[in-house]
Amino acid sequence: MQTNTKILAQEFEYLAPKTIDEALDLLDKYKDKNIKILAGGTDLLVKMKTSDLKIDYLINIKNISELNFIDTADGLKIGAVTPLSHIIREEKVKMKYSALYEAIDSMAAPAIRNMGTMAGNLGNASPAADTVPPLIVFGAKLKLQSKRGERTVLIEDFITGVGKTIIKPDELISEIIIPEINKNTGSAFLKKSRVKADLSKINCAIYLEREGNICKDCKIAFGSVAIKVLRVEKAENLLKGQTVNSELINQAAEKASYEIKPIDDIRSTAEYRIVMSKEILKDGFELAWARAKN
Amino acid sequence: MEKIPIRFTINGQKKEVSVKPNDLLINLIRDDLYLTGTKYGCGIGECGACTVFLNNKPVLSCLTLASAVDGKEITTIEGLDKENELHPMQIAFLKNAAVQCGFCTPGMILTAIALLKENPMPTETEIREYMRGNLCRCTGYVQIIKAIKSCAEGGLNESI
Repeated sequence: MQTNTKILAQEFEYLAPKTIDEALDLLDKYKDKNIKILAGGTDLLVKMKTSDLKIDYLINIKNISELNFIDTADGLKIGAVTPLSHIIREEKVKMKYSALYEAIDSMAAPAIRNMGTMAGNLGNASPAADTVPPLIVFGAKLKLQSKRGERTVLIEDFITGVGKTIIKPDELISEIIIPEINKNTGSAFLKKSRVKADLSKINCAIYLEREGNICKDCKIAFGSVAIKVLRVEKAENLLKGQTVNSELINQAAEKASYEIKPIDDIRSTAEYRIVMSKEILKDGFELAWARAKN
Repeated sequence: MEKIPIRFTINGQKKEVSVKPNDLLINLIRDDLYLTGTKYGCGIGECGACTVFLNNKPVLSCLTLASAVDGKEITTIEGLDKENELHPMQIAFLKNAAVQCGFCTPGMILTAIALLKENPMPTETEIREYMRGNLCRCTGYVQIIKAIKSCAEGGLNESI
């Protein structure tokens, strides 16, 4: 089939609730139909144009002002329709959550970031999603709301595979909750792509807690290396509680390269990803380590 | 598919139209309002040729539903001139020969204006970073960057 990206060929009903309650009512009413939630549209509309995604009802949540916020009082709470460009302009993100800042900064271009949202990036559940590794290493959660109530789940448990999440048809991602980070911590996000702004061939986020020369705690997550973003726990365990030197970092990088499960695809090869995983882990760790000092 | 009545402002003019749920903003602008300055390039958010301002922020009209602009304000390349005077960025593009075939130019100019609104004196690296979503296949970007720089140096609001 020839794809025509000039138009949206498929037909659907369009709904634009103004409040969370209205959105939850609609989700409940149409939960047995094919519903899709539109936040930024930068992934969804491309999918609608280029695949045979079937949609009966499209619910645009962009006009729900209750979902457009960044609360910096305790950690970070970010509403589902807050544009990526707002998140990256928030001083606290830049100062304290370096890995998240670097991830968003590496994504697409300003116009896309004025449209795209972090909740959309999560709901879309691409293994190459750049915001997911940082959110996982920061221990972020997301709030899912439905008429039945609400639940909070770890982002690490939310995405289960390529385009797959544990969200129920009547649920809405309403908020992303990132815990406050401890003192003496540092983080970094690195990615390899053909040109900057491209989708990742491989990406990696690191968050660590430092006490002098000892790595007290550390979390490392890789994207684009499996059906979902992976924590490399064996490598993390090797680093935890140890005095950091370059030999230890090399060992951890070697270990991580056996934990990831990359494939050959249009963007890269498994072999390249395995080789690069070691390099970006080393570079990322050193960057986060140096940041933790300050 | 029920048609949806929407109201919006485009280049300062109020409009009331009915659109289908699957109508895209780019086609509303080009085919219904005959504002053909906005270009259809890739249709998947890679090239930036369809850039327009939505509530003063650049967005891609090929990935925006027409129905979603209800109550909003749009500016296209046709809305930049004031009293038949071109916008300083348009003049800078002309003076620096930053236009070759011209297809990317409307998107380039709008994105460049957004850049200078956020960062009035960008470095060359900052210009290249910000403009990375607008592709040009003829100029090699050198003149485009020169034009943006000269516009920044001239002050965006200064009438030339």
